[in-house]
Amino acid sequence: MLDWWLPENVSTYGRDIDWLFHLIYYITGITALLVFVTMIVFLVMYRDRPGRRARYTHGNTTLEIVWTVVPSLILVILTFLSAPAWSRIKMAAPPPSDFVLQVTAKQFNWQVTYPGPDGKFGTADDKTLLDEMHVPANKVVHVHLRSQDVIHSFFVPQFRMKQDAVPGREIVQWFEATKVGKYELPCAELCGFGHSGMRGWIYVHDAAEYQKWAAENLRAEAVPAVDERTSEATRLAEVVAKGGHAKR
Amino acid sequence: MSATTATAHAHSAHEHHELGFVRTYIFSTDHKMIARQFLFMGLLMMVVGGLLALMVRWQLAWPETAVPGLGSILKETGGILEPSTYNMAFTMHATIMIFFVIMPILAGAFGNFCIPLMIGARDMAFPTLNMLSFWVTLSAGIIMLAGFFVEGGHAAAGWTSYVPLSSVPEYTGVNWGQNLWCISLFVMGIGSMMGSINYITTIINMRAPGMTLFRMPLVIWSLFITAILLLLALPVLTSGVAMLLFDRTLGTSWFRPSGGGEPLLWQHLFWYFGHPEVYILILPAMGIASEILPVFARKPIFGYHAMAFSMIGIAFLSWIVYGHHMFVSGMNPALGMAFTVTTMIIAVPSAIKTFNWLGTLWGGRLQFKVPMLFALGFVSMFVIGGLSGIFMASTPVDIYIQDTYFIVAHIHYVVFGGSIFGAFAAIYFWFPKMFGRMTNAALGHVHFWGTLIFFNMTFFPMHIIGVGGQMRRIYNPMQYEFLQHQQHWNVFMTYGALLLGASQILFAINFFWSLFAGPKAPANPWSSTTLEWTAPSPPPHLNWGPTLPTVYRGPYEYSDPEAADDYLPQTQPPVRAGARARGH
Repeated sequence: MLDWWLPENVSTYGRDIDWLFHLIYYITGITALLVFVTMIVFLVMYRDRPGRRARYTHGNTTLEIVWTVVPSLILVILTFLSAPAWSRIKMAAPPPSDFVLQVTAKQFNWQVTYPGPDGKFGTADDKTLLDEMHVPANKVVHVHLRSQDVIHSFFVPQFRMKQDAVPGREIVQWFEATKVGKYELPCAELCGFGHSGMRGWIYVHDAAEYQKWAAENLRAEAVPAVDERTSEATRLAEVVAKGGHAKR
Repeated sequence: MSATTATAHAHSAHEHHELGFVRTYIFSTDHKMIARQFLFMGLLMMVVGGLLALMVRWQLAWPETAVPGLGSILKETGGILEPSTYNMAFTMHATIMIFFVIMPILAGAFGNFCIPLMIGARDMAFPTLNMLSFWVTLSAGIIMLAGFFVEGGHAAAGWTSYVPLSSVPEYTGVNWGQNLWCISLFVMGIGSMMGSINYITTIINMRAPGMTLFRMPLVIWSLFITAILLLLALPVLTSGVAMLLFDRTLGTSWFRPSGGGEPLLWQHLFWYFGHPEVYILILPAMGIASEILPVFARKPIFGYHAMAFSMIGIAFLSWIVYGHHMFVSGMNPALGMAFTVTTMIIAVPSAIKTFNWLGTLWGGRLQFKVPMLFALGFVSMFVIGGLSGIFMASTPVDIYIQDTYFIVAHIHYVVFGGSIFGAFAAIYFWFPKMFGRMTNAALGHVHFWGTLIFFNMTFFPMHIIGVGGQMRRIYNPMQYEFLQHQQHWNVFMTYGALLLGASQILFAINFFWSLFAGPKAPANPWSSTTLEWTAPSPPPHLNWGPTLPTVYRGPYEYSDPEAADDYLPQTQPPVRAGARARGH
């Protein structure tokens, strides 16, 4: 019923998050409905009319116990239902994978580094793309997230994935995309005047297509593929650096 | 207690000489005048904070078009908000609304006004400190406003001022704006400490004879607990902003990773203050609603003890839930799980309170006067704000909705739908006592319905666009392909916000018209039981004549079948000896 609210989910663990979201939506929705209906009934039934006196009561212990215990039980159950998904997505070690990327955020771009043919970072054959990430579908991808200036947040709405990038730390995250396509990668944490428009693209390819892309673009001698494109944020940064004002 | 009362007696005996203008209206030590000063300060700042919000809304609905009326201020851009100005606008909107509107009105004005009058004291325990508290807070407000006029603009790193964005001037281009932000909050923290010490001391030591702790009105309980939270939470912020200022100006490295500092330390300090702060903002409003519902339902509050203990429970739990602001911050995920548990638990006292408010309505004789409407509005909006909080408590769901408009919707349902509705309820309820005149009921009704309808029109769709993924604090949603299909909601919400703003003009008219030309208020216009209504409207200096009221029963004795009238004031002695104990 709410699928027109949430963007399409294309990651493996996104289903768990959506399921919990819908569960809480129905619990809170029904609670709100009951409270409002009760309230409106009371407001109509007990409106001031001549000759009626209010009921003189200071409370009811049984009722107090009921409406303490019932919400507590629901909330305890919700806690237990939340734990497995949280553990799988954030707490436990990520599922093993040989596909590792380094993402270094900066004002106002995502720098995506591939280890190159030797599989190691920090060597000459590393390949860095700007605001662009290519991954194969149905493969666990490890993202080593860093920031070189302020805090940014790596947010992929369709993957239900979000993690802050904190300067001075490397945080390992993972995802597994299930559908080929092109997905936006906005920054979700305020990071300065170019925060809005700090956005990359994640291209999810099928395995064969990814191999083709990698062969063409991740070779050491390949020409940088991206630098001509300028993000909205970079445009603003350049405008401001020139002392001018944003184009409108 | 008796010693203080005796001093006050002696004091009142030779208090016949008139105080001069300055001592009466400006440097006054009278808690009622200080309350009015806080109220005016809060309302004035609300205009500033509200206009900033409208600027933000305008930009979100019609990005990069000129904001009407801003052409003369932002000459270089012809009234268009640039990204940096936009960041400044929402940063200062939140800062002003939280620290200089809600806190001064709820804790400052109604704390000062209600505490002595409702516990039967002649004034606060430390009247001079009380005066100082206002002037320190006002100075903080002036320092905060000064930030708009310095080169580089005002703070633009969000009201949460996450480091290193806020700690390194180069990252935002803001220099003195952020420094003044720190200094202002430091000064505000000192003022708030003076106030909270005063409230706590007064409530513990200066209650009238017979006013036991469990005969105190619930609004006093709420202000008591708020004062304790203020006393313990604000110093953490005060230290935090001092450290931030040192990082910015003296080259320390509390938060700077290159110097061995830790950016997450700021978030821990900020939210360790920040979450109790949320309850500092909402508890007084809960107390106000608990005060107003029985009066206009003509019925005792349902579950007085449950109400008091649930507030105490909230106060304890509020210290151990703050980590839910940091689920995706890089904090240890195992800690996140622990904070989920506590966050789920803190929803329980709020649920208890809601059900008790409903219980109070059950079987009542409901009179829909303006304060009652706002109190009912408070309960309804708080229900939505409380329930939407459960989404965030569930860590996996929070991964998705953190930093989206869903959070913005939640905080506005709690802080506007909760605190501001509570503040309006309190203003309409105590206006006759505060200023000795009645407000206009017809205008009040229109103000209520306008506020309720346009509030929901402005903030409810934020849930929808938040679930759609719209990030908070973005300058232009149209820059993102996945957000473009829901832009019509942004336009709709901005119309709501403009109408919501316009509705407040009715309030301003009503307030100022009633202040000077409203009908004179009787001592007890709402037929209420609590002590403040036994004093004249407005109460004189030292509140009561030569003798202080004596309290014989609890605060909510409405419609007792054994009483002739439908209410029994707390001061009315029992009719016959051995009468059934009605107090709590």
